[in-house]
Amino acid sequence: MLDTSLENKQPISTTSEWTFELIQEYDREIARIAKEFGLDTYPNQIEVICSEQMMDAYSSVGMPVGYHHWSFGKQFISVENNYQRGRMGLAYEIVINSNPCIAYLMEENTMAMQALVIAHACYGHNSFFKGNYLFRSWTDASSIIDYLLFAKNYIARCEERHGVAEVEALLDSCHALMNYGVDRYKRPYPISAHEEERRQKEREEYRQRQLNDLWRTIPKLNDGNEQAPVKRFPEEPQENILYFIEKNAPLLENWQRELVRIVRKMAQYFYPQRQTQVMNEGWATFWHYTLLNELYQQGKVTDGFMMEFLQSHTSVIYQPSYDSPYYNGINPYTLGFNIFTDLRRICESPTEEDRAWFPEIAGSNWKETLQFAMRDFKDESFILQFLSPKVMRDMKLFCISDDDREKEIVVNAIHNEDGYRELRAKLAGQYNLGNREPNIQVFSVDTRGDRSLTLHHTQHQRRPLGRDTSEVMRHLHRLWGFDVHLHSINGDEVTASFHCPEQGRDRSEEEEYMLVPKPI
Amino acid sequence: MSYIIDRRLNGKKKSTVNRQRFLRRYKAHIKKAVGEAMNSRSITDMDKGEKISIPTRDLNEPIFSNGRGGHMEQVLPGNKEFVTGDRIPRPGQGQGSGSGGSGASDSGEGMDEFVFQISQEEFLDFMFEGLQLPNMVKRKLAGNESFQIVRAGISNEGTPGRLNVVRSMRAANARRIALTGGKRRNLKVLEKELELEESKDPALSDQRIIDQLRLKIEDLRNRVNRIPFLDDFDLKYNLLVRQPRPRSKAVMFCLMDVSGSMNQATKDMAKRFFLLLYLFLQRSYEYTEVVFIRHHTSAKEVDEQEFFYSRETGGTIVSSALKLMRDIMRDRYPDSEWNIYGAQASDGDNWNDDSSTCHKILIDDIMPHVQYYSYVEITPRDHQALWEEYQSVAQLFPEHFAMEQIVDIQDIYPVFRQLFSQKVAA
Repeated sequence: MLDTSLENKQPISTTSEWTFELIQEYDREIARIAKEFGLDTYPNQIEVICSEQMMDAYSSVGMPVGYHHWSFGKQFISVENNYQRGRMGLAYEIVINSNPCIAYLMEENTMAMQALVIAHACYGHNSFFKGNYLFRSWTDASSIIDYLLFAKNYIARCEERHGVAEVEALLDSCHALMNYGVDRYKRPYPISAHEEERRQKEREEYRQRQLNDLWRTIPKLNDGNEQAPVKRFPEEPQENILYFIEKNAPLLENWQRELVRIVRKMAQYFYPQRQTQVMNEGWATFWHYTLLNELYQQGKVTDGFMMEFLQSHTSVIYQPSYDSPYYNGINPYTLGFNIFTDLRRICESPTEEDRAWFPEIAGSNWKETLQFAMRDFKDESFILQFLSPKVMRDMKLFCISDDDREKEIVVNAIHNEDGYRELRAKLAGQYNLGNREPNIQVFSVDTRGDRSLTLHHTQHQRRPLGRDTSEVMRHLHRLWGFDVHLHSINGDEVTASFHCPEQGRDRSEEEEYMLVPKPI
Repeated sequence: MSYIIDRRLNGKKKSTVNRQRFLRRYKAHIKKAVGEAMNSRSITDMDKGEKISIPTRDLNEPIFSNGRGGHMEQVLPGNKEFVTGDRIPRPGQGQGSGSGGSGASDSGEGMDEFVFQISQEEFLDFMFEGLQLPNMVKRKLAGNESFQIVRAGISNEGTPGRLNVVRSMRAANARRIALTGGKRRNLKVLEKELELEESKDPALSDQRIIDQLRLKIEDLRNRVNRIPFLDDFDLKYNLLVRQPRPRSKAVMFCLMDVSGSMNQATKDMAKRFFLLLYLFLQRSYEYTEVVFIRHHTSAKEVDEQEFFYSRETGGTIVSSALKLMRDIMRDRYPDSEWNIYGAQASDGDNWNDDSSTCHKILIDDIMPHVQYYSYVEITPRDHQALWEEYQSVAQLFPEHFAMEQIVDIQDIYPVFRQLFSQKVAA
């Protein structure tokens, strides 16, 4: 392979200036190599933008279109501030899970950086979006942009009709509950803008009928069997709070329900991303590293290019240790990259330890094994399956247990023979969204009485709710329209209760105002 | 397959709306900061942007999250000395070794401030928000400085760049129809005849007639074809004309007492007041001029530098300044063209007999022509005769005359706001 003719060994470019032709050339080469490695991708749409546009993209969670809300403005201002102070080199890439997959290149970057981004985003992330089961089954890449456009226009229309302040307040409340607008286990229908618009009318009528039935106050004619036990509503606890509100909140108007729905759909769209951070970034980092090294092997890039690339790569996967002032949690790039890299090593040159730990993987075809690891896992299960002792040793991982009943923190496990399994399980648990976010579900609605809504928080390892809780309760109250209660439950005992409006004190004027049902 | 798109020329200000929403939401904070800035700023950078800081706590978007307490287990990188079973004393509350262990950023204590910059434009917006110029704007045609180019229909002459294609084609079409209508009709008749002739049995048809008809048809066709598709006089052009644009113009008279009783600090305050007024006028009018008049026993029109910084002292005769203002108004700023604003600052000292003269000039010669006249008295002491005379003027022209007292620098902005606060229409 190495004795190809001299002109093939010519590097694609030798300076750090980029041109559109060069980008195309690099993209072609990287695509060729990616194909040899068996990466399957959506078509790419590479967009060259300037730093200001990058800041725009940043503040709208990377989306090319988005509805207007002050929180995006806040995001924008803080990004702009950081950038102007030079505190943050704008991360050089944003990639959108859509078909075609949109990736942004910043015009200020050098050629080497552009190539790095192409490899990272257009082939790494892109193939992950197309391959990973969560993305495949939970999001519809081909219609997201259309849906966003539909949402943006719909919200703009609502603002015209009902006033910006009204819409903004409602969106605030929805955002507060956004993490609870997700179906965790049920596969949602893929969203499609066209369909949404068509069905919107239909839905309005249907909802109205549903609601009327639920809140019916006229007694039904009893045909003999008196006193049928009143069923709890909902019969099963509901984890998707926003969905529950959209369908059942007594006082919301139709457009308001539609907004709840939009926020819910967005949350659902981002849900897979939140569950695959380590894998997604690790996968993309692994591939930009592998692809560009291959490019170098084939003599397509210069030494200078590689130096620049490696410098940037190293800073991306830098992991400060726990006692460093720069420590800010485990770097998902590092963890993911290390696991994938080690997986390849286990396949290609397994040691005794690897054979004992990964009997099916050791010595197998690395491309297939990595594809398998990428396709069928999320962060939690991925770490549980593939975190090898070597990675734990390299990263010097250790686990501490901080129990408020104990006086001191205890080191549970470190990177040694006794600790590997526990360490791995604990780290995996750390990426379980169920552990990270409090488990809060809709428990019941008092349909015959004061229409109050009761939620239950099931405590995980006795952890209480954070300080924002009563604030969120007020948002929940705004959506529900009647009293809302939240009980923290540990085992059989209620450890804390939150109410909105707060019990045992007079309502302030503002709260009174909030409590007045809005005219329908 | 990849598509590469250059988006750099696309809109950059996508986040503007969101940014404005943000500013509006935190209006109260920003207004407070602007008010404070007004007092602490030096005079020359009165109209710059401003750094606004808002406590992060107030910006928080609440979500359900885990609080401190209970049993937490964390995996951390970079072990150096620990072995299994080690016990570590708990670090001080709040500043744990791994406060953000779960990667969530819910550990912010709300102590740090969210700081950002607003532009000059935004700063002024906040500064003058809710203020209104009383008796607004006479719009007048003024001079020949400003023109607007407007469309004024269609003309037969013009430059090729302004060619109106649709109208030209329509004209050409009309001309062609008009000039060829008769010929076409004849042509149709002849063609029918020819057809009839040709459809006859060859034995019956007359070749001579056919030839003749063909010749005629040929001739007519040629004549129709000779009519040009597009002729010179078909061409129509968009006509653009320059229209003089009404411009609102304002002139602001700054009158300041520079007599011995006014010290540098008092002048500074006066200057701030004038500056505020100037910025405010500038926002409301497309064109603003300023006339500086300073006076002690006699008045003089000066430039800005001299107005604020030159030292000259003497007694005080306020009416001299008013007289000069009246004369300048007469000569240069007819009230049919200009919106005239007067702003006077003084410490209230005046030659005793002079105050009634002031009263007279104001009522007879100045007030009928100005939009608004404001008087600030910068003094911590009791009012003197001038104040009382002015008060009677204020009673006569309640809509156009306002007066306030300023004691120290903190008062300027509030007083300014008070003078120009939006009055609810009765």
